[in-house]
Amino acid sequence: MTHLTYIIPAYALAVVMILAYAISARARMERARKRLAAIDPRARDSSARDTKGPHRG
Amino acid sequence: MAAPNLHRFANPGQFLRLSGWLLPWLAIGGTVLTAVGLGWGLFLSPADWQQGDSVRIIYIHVPAAMLASAGYFGLAVCAVLSFVWRHPLADLAAVEIGPVGAGATALCLATGSLWGKPMWGAWWVWDARLTSMLVLLFLYLGHIALIRAFDNPERGYRAAAILALIGAADLPVIKFSVDWWNTLHQPATFKFTSAPTMYQGMVWPLLISVAGFSFGFGAIVTARLRAAVMERRIRGLMMARAQEAA
Repeated sequence: MTHLTYIIPAYALAVVMILAYAISARARMERARKRLAAIDPRARDSSARDTKGPHRG
Repeated sequence: MAAPNLHRFANPGQFLRLSGWLLPWLAIGGTVLTAVGLGWGLFLSPADWQQGDSVRIIYIHVPAAMLASAGYFGLAVCAVLSFVWRHPLADLAAVEIGPVGAGATALCLATGSLWGKPMWGAWWVWDARLTSMLVLLFLYLGHIALIRAFDNPERGYRAAAILALIGAADLPVIKFSVDWWNTLHQPATFKFTSAPTMYQGMVWPLLISVAGFSFGFGAIVTARLRAAVMERRIRGLMMARAQEAA
């Protein structure tokens, strides 16, 4: 394969950036979910319901 | 008028329910399609007869470029929703789209540079397409900075929304720069008016990669927006408790 010194950094950069955004977004969401559940009892029930579909409740 | 329907989906509780159902599908679709598209592009698609294997960078560069423009278009739509209908989630969505769109733009510029060096002999040229894309990155950074520049968040949202609307003028310049000017950058890979001229063995992994990046972009923005909605609810509850205690 030609131009590997350019192709590998391009793919590595893409993978690292996608993972960084995805992991930070998930971590932030989980942190918010736990904090909300700790101070709002209703959130504990609704967070379980959230994953079951858009037309419920 | 569409406003009542828009506001039905703007209800934070309704949004959390809808996005909670949608997010896993976006995340799974994004992961699978991106892995297939990039794997196919890197290992199975043919090399270009002129550019050799460096053409494999296209499977990252083009999706990143499309999402960079689409993300900014999203900011402009959020600005309209905020100004015209006072949509409660539009400003929050703009806050969360901005950094992800800036990342896509930076990835597009970086991979373009990595592709340009072996093909053009330069990491950067002041070509119309490259320059308009760099302007887009600065617009994103300006949008992010403006939101945080005011003590009153509402003023920051308004200022950023104005920038989003004005900056949207850069989008057609990016799209048509390769037609309007003689550029070093190659013509558009996908056109609205004609089928792609690329070899079929390259078109499919590119389309899959574009779909995967789009799903992934949607998943990341949705997850960030869910977090932002919950954080706002937490702030509201904390303030209510502090007022009760006072």
